[in-house]
Amino acid sequence: MLYDMRPMRQTFSSPGAPDAPLKDETIIELRKVTYGVKGRAEPLVKDLSLVVNCAETLVLLGRSGSGKTTLLRLINRMLLPSVGEVLVEGKATSSWDPIRLRRHIGYVIQDAGLFPHFTVAENVGLVPKLEKWDPARIAKRTSELLSLVGLEPSEFSQRRPAQLSGGQRQRVGVARALGADPSILLMDEPFGALDPVTRAELQREFSDLARRLGKTIVFVTHDLREALMLASRIVLLETGRIVASASPEEFLRIDHPEVKAFAASLQTLPGAPA
Amino acid sequence: MTPWTFFITHHSEIWSATLDHVALVLISMFIAIVVGVPLGMFIVQRPALRTVALGIASVFQTIPSLALFGFLIPIPFIGGIGPRTAIVALVLYALLPILRNTYVGLTSIDPAVLEAAEAMGMTNTQILIRVRLPLALGFILAGIRTATVITIGVATIAAAIGAGGLGTFIFRGVAMVSDAVILAGAIPAALLAILADLFLALVERRLRVQ
Repeated sequence: MLYDMRPMRQTFSSPGAPDAPLKDETIIELRKVTYGVKGRAEPLVKDLSLVVNCAETLVLLGRSGSGKTTLLRLINRMLLPSVGEVLVEGKATSSWDPIRLRRHIGYVIQDAGLFPHFTVAENVGLVPKLEKWDPARIAKRTSELLSLVGLEPSEFSQRRPAQLSGGQRQRVGVARALGADPSILLMDEPFGALDPVTRAELQREFSDLARRLGKTIVFVTHDLREALMLASRIVLLETGRIVASASPEEFLRIDHPEVKAFAASLQTLPGAPA
Repeated sequence: MTPWTFFITHHSEIWSATLDHVALVLISMFIAIVVGVPLGMFIVQRPALRTVALGIASVFQTIPSLALFGFLIPIPFIGGIGPRTAIVALVLYALLPILRNTYVGLTSIDPAVLEAAEAMGMTNTQILIRVRLPLALGFILAGIRTATVITIGVATIAAAIGAGGLGTFIFRGVAMVSDAVILAGAIPAALLAILADLFLALVERRLRVQ
């Protein structure tokens, strides 16, 4: 176990019972949202409604172009819906100050997007610094977070992103997203660019971490295996619409062609151990 | 007369021409940077102005330097004989490399980094100052370096409109058909260009983000 097991926050869910609904409180809600861009006939998201509950790990699964990233960007107001509204903590994103909203929501992307001219510690402490925390508190928070994602602070905090492996960079990306202790975490294929071994490692650790943190997580992937492993609920998107929504246990039993197409991607190679 | 004896006998005159030359270059580069870098930052936000600004800056590059000095002489306020006209022309020449490199530097940043900056809740000004500019610095400095070397060379021609500098010796040498006098202007000018290039390369390497 690489993670420091010291509790960080009192918002932890009870470990070992990830599937039990923790709170039924709605934290994010999409109401009949359509999002299109000019010059494109087909909207990227079509008349989509979705409720995300507090502390659940919702995985948005879909092929490339199914609208999953668009959906994520609608939540932190990187995009505003063309029709309908997105509510975060009961308030429409259009009436949120975008800067306030985004500092309130952690965001992790595929290539980590670390700032190459900042040290690891500066990357992780970015949002606290923007929020004008005092330096001692930022330093403390930064080393807590690095320990949390399995990086020894004394060894890593002064390194630059270029001096890290892909897996380490992604760990820093997760730590940075948790910087100012947001209640919501958006993750866009965070492990997509990693080699399979590192990816499996990070998936295992992250699923554990997610359980302990008690954050609301919206996680985008096109990998069903990853979805089954991390999700408390899987939402399957196809061309901007939700075609299935179920717990990982029930998901594969759904009778829908797109579910079956994804299920087929799980099949192992002939001759491989089951 | 060998170049060497000319150097010895005229060293104080060459030295003061070198200082004039350096002054011309420094003043022109200062103005070109103060105009070019902010303009480059501005056109990143305004795609419509980008083509116009880069286009105009490119046009000046295509005008032969001697002709540009000639064109400027009759223009009121900025024209006439002397260093002022020369500085205007030198700024026009230096502008394109600085403007273009600032623009390229600011727009060639890894999109994932900019996406992250936006998603972290940085304001546009914070993104510009804390992310875009530091990451574009290497490009901007490379543009300044190119522009400086060009300006040191073109400034020798400024002597044709009475702006002084090392070009004085070159024009005088051409008129006198004396290699020694030409070299008295050309060698210090070449050395200046090489030194400026080395110095700015060093600065660039120290400040560039790995």
